[in-house]
Amino acid sequence: MTSAECYNDRVVRLFLLAATVWGIVGMLLGMYAAAELAWPGLNFDIPWLTFSRLRPDHTFGVIFAFGGSALMGTCYYVVQRTGHTRLAWDRLAEFTFWGWQLVCVLAMATMPFGITQSKEYAEPEWFIDILIAIVWIGFGAVFFATLARRRIRHIYVANWYYGAFIIAVGLLHVVNNLAFPVSLTKSYPIYSGVADAMVQWWYGHNAVAFFLTAGFLGMMYYFVPRQAQQPLWSYRFSIVNFWALISVYMWAGSHHLMYTALPDWVQSVGMAFSLVLLMPSWGSAANGLLTFNGSWHRLRSDPAAKFMVLALVFYAASTSEGSLMAIKTVNSLSHYTDWTIAHVHSGSLGWVAMITIGSLYAMAPRALGRPAMHSNKAMELHFWLHTAGTLLYVVAMWIAGVTEGMMWRATQPDGSLTYAFIDSLLAIKPLYMARWFGGVLIWLGMWVMAWNLWHTAADARRKIIQPVPVPIPEPVARQTPAPLPTSG
Amino acid sequence: MAYRHFEFIEKHAWTLGILTAVMVSLGGLAEILPTFVEANRVKLAAGGKPYDPLRLAGRDIYVREGCYLCHSQMIRALRFETQRYGRFSTAEESIYDRPFQWGSKRTGPDLARVGGKYSDDWQRLHLMDPRTVVPQSNMPGYPWLATARVDGADIAARLRTLRTLGDPYTEADIAGAAKEVDGKTELEALVAYLQGLGIANEPQTAPPAAAAAAPIAGSSP
Repeated sequence: MTSAECYNDRVVRLFLLAATVWGIVGMLLGMYAAAELAWPGLNFDIPWLTFSRLRPDHTFGVIFAFGGSALMGTCYYVVQRTGHTRLAWDRLAEFTFWGWQLVCVLAMATMPFGITQSKEYAEPEWFIDILIAIVWIGFGAVFFATLARRRIRHIYVANWYYGAFIIAVGLLHVVNNLAFPVSLTKSYPIYSGVADAMVQWWYGHNAVAFFLTAGFLGMMYYFVPRQAQQPLWSYRFSIVNFWALISVYMWAGSHHLMYTALPDWVQSVGMAFSLVLLMPSWGSAANGLLTFNGSWHRLRSDPAAKFMVLALVFYAASTSEGSLMAIKTVNSLSHYTDWTIAHVHSGSLGWVAMITIGSLYAMAPRALGRPAMHSNKAMELHFWLHTAGTLLYVVAMWIAGVTEGMMWRATQPDGSLTYAFIDSLLAIKPLYMARWFGGVLIWLGMWVMAWNLWHTAADARRKIIQPVPVPIPEPVARQTPAPLPTSG
Repeated sequence: MAYRHFEFIEKHAWTLGILTAVMVSLGGLAEILPTFVEANRVKLAAGGKPYDPLRLAGRDIYVREGCYLCHSQMIRALRFETQRYGRFSTAEESIYDRPFQWGSKRTGPDLARVGGKYSDDWQRLHLMDPRTVVPQSNMPGYPWLATARVDGADIAARLRTLRTLGDPYTEADIAGAAKEVDGKTELEALVAYLQGLGIANEPQTAPPAAAAAAPIAGSSP
């Protein structure tokens, strides 16, 4: 039986294009900001080019523009494939694409001109925040309406993570950005001091949890079994990890404020939950890696699978590092130093970017009507550029961070401090240069990906690809996991 | 419990969505609500006042330029921190900070008690071109602050908004705001803000450790 219904891959392709462009833009900004720290002359006394004005553009560009576009695109792809249904509300889906691009352009065009709330990862001013909320509600509506019209009764676990990502990010965004406008370009938050700090790091930490972890785990749970061509190692384990992850993460935000004026008990609760958090994090990483059991040979020929496996290794590594850094004693050394920068980049370049790149390489040929990516060699080159760049970046910042931490606390036998602050900056300056070079390698890799995608999209650009029909009738095959005997 | 109870969740999108929303709300509620209650109890010492118009203008410039990305304003309760920067920061010191400026990274030193450590001239030179006074610094210069003027009407509007949010500004404060910042450059405003940091709440007698370390901490730029 043939069906008239086809998957909506148009909006998926748009997001794929946007993710590629924003990836290059966001990482260019990061590279330039990194260069400014090593060679301050590069600020040229131009306000909008100055490091402190540019850094929010880098973080917004890579997290929300690059990551956000990749997440929304893959989310629309996955929810259709796992539900055997076309995306609900084509026009609303199209609106979420253009709306999100408008958000990214507005945010990144205003922040370098000093229009900022100065809340990390939530810098855009109030009028952009309202637009973000509107687009986000549209995104949630399309996603849940598509779930509602699915033809497969069981909701596949990837959608759980995408769903939690949408719900939690919406909640975090609204609560953290409550502000009272003075004018179009300036507002004051309704919270002040300690309360503002608590809300901000509840947001900041959980933006990592739900934007950069839950969302990308959704990606992982669909594309890893797809690329390994094997079922998930343990479906039930993925569900246990889901509930543990989403409930524990929200408690851990206060580990960003150790030894500060935040009440002591909140710091301790944050530390305890950060340690517990290691279990669901490693659970998901193990589940993904074990899915490759029996198909490890694919790593030899498939760079997309390589990206995914290394992403999972980085995920396990950076989550254990995160739990370690949440221990108060360790935090007293690592906080305020470049160790934090190393940690976020092993998470973002290692885990987030690699799982995204792997998934895009897996998804792009299917969404672009081609049997495979244009060039396997180019994917291979991208893998090595990205891996080498990430390792160089992270190792340089680790050394820099520990150096700063040790120098700041070093004392003479008589109890006086050994170093002036500037000594620690001089000690790590070569590492700032090494970090910049790591960034250059990663950025070049993104260009290789863009070139490869451009050629893979040749047919799509000529508009000669056929839409993919939704498989109907639905398969009646048993769904995983098989129900247990009721006596259990 | 039999697995079929869980299976129900896996087959019903609404149940899944609602349970997810409940689970993600618990942690935030448990930590944020009590923090609000405690934060509301925190009061400034007698005589403490919100930022005067010039310092408020300076503070908003500090926010606009993104200084918080390289400078913290939170001295942790650790010996080597108090030795370098002065008494540890307390909750009441930031009750008028919207948003808080504790920061998360020190590419430069902490500024919570930088007020009065350097002269106004030093601060001005340093902001215009940091390497004239600290040759090895990697801080960017902010020369455009010297020519830009603070907008008096805008500052009055900001005071009014802050009063709406609960900060104790009087009608006279708001009426006089424009006059107070009249003709001031953004550089003067920012220096006024920096020179006030940590001054209002600095304890009368410095702890012995800080006093002993003063020559070394003081000599470090």
